[in-house]
Amino acid sequence: MSVKQTIELPQGNLDSGNMLVNIGPQHPATHGVLRLLCELDGETIVQIDPDIGYLHSSFEKLGEFRTWNQIVPLTDRMDYLAPLMYNCVYVMAVEKLMDLKVTERCKVVRVLCMEMERIFSHLLWLGTTAIDVGAFTPFLYAFQERERIYKLHEAFTGARITTSATRIGGMMADLPEGWTDELRNFVETFPETLDEIDSLLTRNGIHLGRTQDIGTISGSDAVNAGFTGPNLRASGIDYDLRKDRPYYDYETYAFEVPIGKNGDCYDRYLVRMEEMRQSLKILDQALRRLPGGPINVDDPRVSLPSKTDCMNDMESMIHHFKIVTEGVRVPPGDCYFAIEGSKGELGMYVVSDGGEKPVRWRVRPPSFVNLSVLPQLAEGHQVSDLIMINASLDIVLGEIDR
Amino acid sequence: MTEGKVSMIEAMVDVFGSAITGSEIQCGDQQVVHVEPSNNLEILTWLKNTEGHDYDLLLDVTAVDYGSVPGVEVVYQLWSITNKKLLRIKCPLPEDSLKIRSVADLWGSANWLEREVFDLFGVQFEGHPDLRRILMPKNYSEGHPLRKDFPLRGRFSREKQTELALKQDYEDYYSPEQLEGFGQRADD
Repeated sequence: MSVKQTIELPQGNLDSGNMLVNIGPQHPATHGVLRLLCELDGETIVQIDPDIGYLHSSFEKLGEFRTWNQIVPLTDRMDYLAPLMYNCVYVMAVEKLMDLKVTERCKVVRVLCMEMERIFSHLLWLGTTAIDVGAFTPFLYAFQERERIYKLHEAFTGARITTSATRIGGMMADLPEGWTDELRNFVETFPETLDEIDSLLTRNGIHLGRTQDIGTISGSDAVNAGFTGPNLRASGIDYDLRKDRPYYDYETYAFEVPIGKNGDCYDRYLVRMEEMRQSLKILDQALRRLPGGPINVDDPRVSLPSKTDCMNDMESMIHHFKIVTEGVRVPPGDCYFAIEGSKGELGMYVVSDGGEKPVRWRVRPPSFVNLSVLPQLAEGHQVSDLIMINASLDIVLGEIDR
Repeated sequence: MTEGKVSMIEAMVDVFGSAITGSEIQCGDQQVVHVEPSNNLEILTWLKNTEGHDYDLLLDVTAVDYGSVPGVEVVYQLWSITNKKLLRIKCPLPEDSLKIRSVADLWGSANWLEREVFDLFGVQFEGHPDLRRILMPKNYSEGHPLRKDFPLRGRFSREKQTELALKQDYEDYYSPEQLEGFGQRADD
């Protein structure tokens, strides 16, 4: 049985005004719960208003109600793509405020963690960005390699994402046996996969067409907009905290900082690809120099006395009780400490009044500032380019909304 | 190194006089300068554009509510890419006038950062092009969450919060008015 349908064509002038299109908040191409309210003239973007806050968890407020060590679990829930990096930078800021020098072994272990996380985060960016321009294979390759880092997380901390691995004055535990061998194995075999992905994308005509001269920003504009990290370096500005404000002896590691030229999506891609190779170089050197000795600092302000001491000596027992029940005390003052995060300058600003809880704990969010440039980059481009530009900024909404 | 820092403070005092209310070094190497909030725009413009200082990267704008002192302190973190120097500027605002001039014209990065401070602390940034809430919903009516007098679970009772959530209109979230001058350019 056939049904005949008459379609009524609209009479007179078609409405040719601008269109309002809502992208997100639940959309795979927005890389999180990001909502973009776009005004379109045909396919061209006239203006964009990013709407954020869907993941707002009020971490900074919660931090004011927790002792200094209890904040560590909040930090890895911000950037679930590089959790160890956030664990490290938070305790590094508090240690700087306390003027606490961690042990040599702890330093190198944290460098291992931070560089591993840079690769971990860049791999997710690489896979999802490739998928946004239609290349499915690099996504699978990248996630296979990420799985190996997940396993390293799990072996070290017991968790795959919510690592909470650091404590003020050290780490929650020393590296398990055989962990460094696994990491060395990763460092040796990962370049092969990276070369494969490189050969799939770097000279791929479709990828070049989708990324070159798209979302271009000049060096001075990028500085003005507050860009940091790979996004800033893709515009030709040489600013890397590991070189310009070195911490944890980064000045003694041999590595180079890749600098782009055009500031478009393609340069941002190239900079991140090269950063992964440089991180492998740092990992290799750090693994070679990993010293023995204790991982936790021996400082009465933060470290617990041994159980034997507690059982034999009244002072030690009182001390143990105080640290466990009241938590670590941080001297009054404020401190801004930043590291070169995977997404840009990741800073922690901690304010203490001498108590066991912070007065204010502020995260300088790299993705938040990077995302604020999106309207400027995307206006005048087409909707499909918006997806590419958004992907090339490498944002993570957990940290933007905090 | 120390001489350079001293001379920078001296140069600032030479130009702005009593608007520089104090300076200190925190954590061994972090330069902090306290300034009068009414002069914030001139001082930050001078720091950005004067040769030899060149604080060209505004890393962060945030605020601190100490609780023990009434009012809010606005904090700017600056970095000079050429001189590789970090600087922290603090402007204390009294409780009865939580307003300061916006630096969004000077640095693009200040736009969203100041919106966040407005959203969470209630500081009015005069001359800001687009001062709206950013992290909290735009119809959020419980106040500014990062103030010390704001309870952790919010100002309203659970019943009131549920009632407000159920009453919400989806138009609150999907409205074209959010885009300034929507459709105006269509007639061109």
